[in-house]
Amino acid sequence: MTLVKDKVGIVSCSGEDLPEGTISRVATRLVLEKLRPDDTVTICLPLFLAGSEDERAFARVFPTIAVDGCSKKCAETGTKKYSGKAVATIVVSEVMKKYPKLKVKSKEKLSAEEMELAMKVAKEIAAKVDEILCKKGK
Amino acid sequence: MKKCKVIVIPCSGIGKSLGTVGRAATYKVIEQLRPNDTRTVCLALLTMGDPEARRLVKENPCISIDGCPAQCSKKNIEASKGDLAYSIMVTDILRKNKGLKPKGVIELNAQGEKLAEIVAKSITEKVDDARMRASLRRM
Repeated sequence: MTLVKDKVGIVSCSGEDLPEGTISRVATRLVLEKLRPDDTVTICLPLFLAGSEDERAFARVFPTIAVDGCSKKCAETGTKKYSGKAVATIVVSEVMKKYPKLKVKSKEKLSAEEMELAMKVAKEIAAKVDEILCKKGK
Repeated sequence: MKKCKVIVIPCSGIGKSLGTVGRAATYKVIEQLRPNDTRTVCLALLTMGDPEARRLVKENPCISIDGCPAQCSKKNIEASKGDLAYSIMVTDILRKNKGLKPKGVIELNAQGEKLAEIVAKSITEKVDDARMRASLRRM
């Protein structure tokens, strides 16, 4: 059971070594900055190990969505291991299967096509945020 | 003799512009400046204790790139008992370039890009030094 009822936490994988990781990161920022800026917060996943107990309490304080670039699911597994079970997980490589015409190859600067995919992932995250907050009676 | 690659690992930095600067600088190094001598590893894999990621950081010299005092990259490499050759703080480089005001997390502004170039140059110097030290150790 989480303490905060009106905000959702989002934990993204860091995904430096593959393009889907960058999509994961950008999609998370799109939700935080544009789609649901008043309803969401985030934390750097590696801070669960590098930080203090305050940081590790994140998923016990906020209902949390894990956003992962690939099937290794570092965000989901790491959040569960160090903090608390995520209430939902979105895996970019799974979302990509719905849009086979959109290709990703950039790890740094996203092309227009890649940004389009990032926005599609961001909208799935935002929909999950709405679902969680509605469940809390908002 | 196995060729040594330097592992450059930026922090995740999802909350701050300097995290993106570190990340951008890392890609400049591994894709343009020293593509044959460097690679990166997902920091989250180290956080998870992934065996292959841990093996890589133990067997190769590593450079951590951190955007804030939390030093997630440095601490995760150390926790994995990695061979940490150098630790670079983007904040230290920003302090020496006070005219630059980096902004943006999804996309850096022009000053952020400029800072990333400066950080990349610093990383490259450390890469060359780390490789030389590693090859001397192997002699």
